[in-house]
Amino acid sequence: MMLRLVGRRLLHGLVILFAVSIVVFLATQALPGDAAQAILGREATPERLAALRGQLHLGEPLVGQYLAWLQGIVTFDLGQSLASGLPVSELLIPRISNSLVLMLIAAVIATPLSIALGTWSALRRDSATDHVTSGFTLVLAALPEFVIGIFLVLLLSTGVFHVLPAVFVANEPGPIWIDPLQLVLPTLTLVLAVAPYIVRMMRATMLEVLESEYVQQARLKGLPERTVLLRHALPNAIGPVAQVVALQMAWLAGGVVVVEYLFRFPGVGFALVDAVNNRDLPVVQGLSLLIAAVYIVVNLAADVVALATNPKVRTAS
Amino acid sequence: MTAIAISAPAARRHRDGLLVRAVRVRRTRIGLALTLLVLATAFLGPLVAPHGVDDFVGGPYLAESPGTVFGTDNLGRDVLTRFLHGGQLLLVLSLLATLIGVGIGAAVGVTAGYRRGWVDETLMRTGDVLLAFPQVVVALLFLSILGPQLWLIVLIVGLSHAPRVARVIRGATLGVAERDFVKAAEAAAVPRWRIAFSEILPNVTGALMVELGLRLTYSIGLIAALSFLGLGLQPPTADWGLMINENRVALTVSPWAVVLPVTAIAVLTIGTNLITDGLSRASAGIDRGVTR
Repeated sequence: MMLRLVGRRLLHGLVILFAVSIVVFLATQALPGDAAQAILGREATPERLAALRGQLHLGEPLVGQYLAWLQGIVTFDLGQSLASGLPVSELLIPRISNSLVLMLIAAVIATPLSIALGTWSALRRDSATDHVTSGFTLVLAALPEFVIGIFLVLLLSTGVFHVLPAVFVANEPGPIWIDPLQLVLPTLTLVLAVAPYIVRMMRATMLEVLESEYVQQARLKGLPERTVLLRHALPNAIGPVAQVVALQMAWLAGGVVVVEYLFRFPGVGFALVDAVNNRDLPVVQGLSLLIAAVYIVVNLAADVVALATNPKVRTAS
Repeated sequence: MTAIAISAPAARRHRDGLLVRAVRVRRTRIGLALTLLVLATAFLGPLVAPHGVDDFVGGPYLAESPGTVFGTDNLGRDVLTRFLHGGQLLLVLSLLATLIGVGIGAAVGVTAGYRRGWVDETLMRTGDVLLAFPQVVVALLFLSILGPQLWLIVLIVGLSHAPRVARVIRGATLGVAERDFVKAAEAAAVPRWRIAFSEILPNVTGALMVELGLRLTYSIGLIAALSFLGLGLQPPTADWGLMINENRVALTVSPWAVVLPVTAIAVLTIGTNLITDGLSRASAGIDRGVTR
């Protein structure tokens, strides 16, 4: 039953991915007007226009254009960057791993920290700690991620303290973690952007669980509070929270765009902003598809987690 | 028809009650004060600005310059003047985008939740495609070829909200559609669209108000972020997001040109989020803080 449900979600994800490819294609290439002219500008020579139209298959009917483009995608041939002339896939592969590292570190730090903070808040309900945490998460949840990032820069690199670099400088070849200090600000920004949602959910769920009958029962049995918490309360609170965690991880796929631009971090987000500014169509197409794919996969994981942790969903029809 | 006559006043009383109850929560009042402060800055600011918005008053990036309070920006214009002019467009665009997003989202959500069946399936599955992109990526995708135009920014930000709003309103509608007064209206052969509009919509106002506040907060963040990325409002417009981008290289020399706009955006979004939180507390049974 569980497997069949997961299979259905997978199929749904594939269909969505296919639809997403159509949206990406329509938004970039099939808009009214001449895409080649829009990309190259007014001063473009007829030869360059003709060459670009050829590369994008602009002369063919829409369906033909889409199929030619889709064929490129599924064979991992994303075309050539209009700005640099290099194959898109070659440009993107190092950037993909950079962004994944950033997202992963942010996720690994934010998740346990938020769960601990949310639990602590719930255990000390209505204490000063709880009120401060609740106010702080409400404020943080309101702030756009670039605002959080700039406040961190003001606090830690230019204004108050001068301990961290304000932007990423790739002065040495090699992996980005060669200079871990440079990763601190972008990671911290992402952590602060996703944590409030997890903390609030954890606190709310934990409060509910602590008032449940099985926790009361465990307490009445005379179990030590520690056991009640770790063996009875926490495992039951993790389910709903896991889904929120997964949703926040999905958010990171889009969140990296602005944060990478802010810190000039060499990842997919920064590359996307650059490509949009340069009207580098093949790169924009490849990156939006990639980010959407990551987003879909993580959301799918969120669904599966929800299925796996919720017995009601697991056994329903 | 009698069903409408009976239920409409009740719905109105409920709506008034929600706002009054929301204002009784302390954080709503704080949020209102913060939001009004930024609104006043943005709309009254241009009247009291000391210089012309495009006037050059000194060299670029001066922390102190005669005739200025907060120094000059990247082109030598008065920071305070630019700041006072920089909020208006952001606020207007955000509000328009929010109204479009919540308007379409509510219409789709009520229709899907009330009609169910294939209408529901079609609407929601279409929404799923838009939900497969992070909002900022949808915006970048559509701005990449057409370029940063105001109508496009408003439309894209609004449309990217719509499926998110629709999900919530559909959920709220499902509960209302089973209630007796809807059944009574159906039995009285009231047209479907009328039931949706005058029976169901007034009973999901709680969820609708919370969505308005939530989407307004995110619209402000998203539109400011687009300007910050250089893909929203364009120079020489005075705009907070754009100001941050233009002046952040000189953060150590002349910080005010970044500090003022970033603080204004922060105060504004905190304000609208506090109001939203107050609203969701006042209308019981609304779960928030989980979705973006």
